[in-house]
Amino acid sequence: MFDDFLVRAALAGLGVALAAAPLGCFVVWRRMAYFGDATAHAALLGVALALGFSVSVFGGVLAVALLMALAVSALAGRGHALDTLLGVMAHSALGIGLVAVSFLDTVRVDLMAYLFGDILAVTVGDLATIWAGALAVLALVGWRWSALLTATLNPDLARSSGLDPQREQLVLTVSLALVVAVAIKVVGALLISAMLIVPAAAARPFARTPEAMAAMAAAAGALSVLAGLGAAYLFDTPSGPTIVSVAAALFATTTLARALAGRAD
Amino acid sequence: MTLISLHDVDVYQGRQRVLHDVTLEIGEGEIVTVVGPNGSGKSTLLRVMIGALKPASGRVERRPGLRIGYVPQRLQIDPTLPMTVARFLGLPRRVGATTARAALERAGAQGLARRQLSDLSGGQFQRVLLARALLERPHLLLLDEATQGLDQAGAAAFYRRIAEVRRDMGCSIVMVSHDLHVVMSASDRVICLNGHVCCEGAPETVATAPEYRALFGNQTGGELALYRHTHDHRHDAAPRQEGS
Repeated sequence: MFDDFLVRAALAGLGVALAAAPLGCFVVWRRMAYFGDATAHAALLGVALALGFSVSVFGGVLAVALLMALAVSALAGRGHALDTLLGVMAHSALGIGLVAVSFLDTVRVDLMAYLFGDILAVTVGDLATIWAGALAVLALVGWRWSALLTATLNPDLARSSGLDPQREQLVLTVSLALVVAVAIKVVGALLISAMLIVPAAAARPFARTPEAMAAMAAAAGALSVLAGLGAAYLFDTPSGPTIVSVAAALFATTTLARALAGRAD
Repeated sequence: MTLISLHDVDVYQGRQRVLHDVTLEIGEGEIVTVVGPNGSGKSTLLRVMIGALKPASGRVERRPGLRIGYVPQRLQIDPTLPMTVARFLGLPRRVGATTARAALERAGAQGLARRQLSDLSGGQFQRVLLARALLERPHLLLLDEATQGLDQAGAAAFYRRIAEVRRDMGCSIVMVSHDLHVVMSASDRVICLNGHVCCEGAPETVATAPEYRALFGNQTGGELALYRHTHDHRHDAAPRQEGS
């Protein structure tokens, strides 16, 4: 069944959607949206370096995304204005990445594939990488779930319960880098943040607990992948952007439905 | 037996010295109130006790295995985070429904389990925070301005509840407050803080101490200090700016 490129694409998309859902909730709750962007944009630099040094793209992206995320975390604690810092780092990484890619004339790089993803070209090997990464993220976030939630609510509350909020932040940072590395093939560097944030935002209006929101985000993400792939096939549109468009439609629907149903929580 | 003790603790925030030479200890079963003007380092002191802030110098010693229940001054719940009271009580360790109900009752927050945190009033929120702190089965309960936003009757009720908690659970309680009247009468010991420990002792002793009068005024004839302190006082022992 892995022979069919559409089946492989669907499985790859589902893997990313599942890993991105709980992580995306934290990105939304902790207002880290721009942080996700910065990490994702750095991914392109990772692609260029990986191709330049002939190492695996997954490895290159993971390394650069991780470095970027750790650098931002470290600098944020030193009194820099975080949004300025992120803006500088995200766009520098994107700019330098694009320049670096242009030097790689020996290797023909399909830039669009890394900017917007190329889910229809997913190989069985990619699929294994994506699911291994996704399961690792799910295991990590699942293991630290309660600690992460407590630290998200209030770092001092976490501290008084014997948790280390900085360690929990590190768990999120590492998970984010992993998701970026596995998602670049599916939705591309420019739309990774969308896979994190849009399903989580779509889940918010009807969720009463954090767990429910994460589960609904996973469902919204999965639905976006399947419906998006179907629509892309039907209308011959680029698959990554179509998936994100479906997620956006879901967000509009739940938000509107909530508004119409009134705020009877 | 001492639960927690601080020895010559100095704490900086940036270049500003917030606390200096703070030495104090909290014994078993005590209710201790920390009073002091705004910016006197009261919240900082509690954050040092829970381990959120590391002193630049000095020592903090906790009894091994010490469990701390902490009720922060305020908790901003991001509107994007859905959270029922019941789920909140189970953070970071899940608790059974019966245990949760008992804690809510003890904190005077019965019947709120299914509500969203974001829908609670200030007073309800404080009681839920207290319930969560009680679920840690604390040896030491730390309350930071727990009655902020409550009227005087509400604050008095809150302190009666705290006294009950101490009686039933046997924990020590350290609270920071502005409600000098009520707080002082409910405490075994008062610590008057202004960057350092100005004076401490039984409420009556502290209320008549010159250092305390210097901070809170003596218009009330020494019996009890002003309900709200003034901000424009001068105090000889005010924390010095660190020169560079």
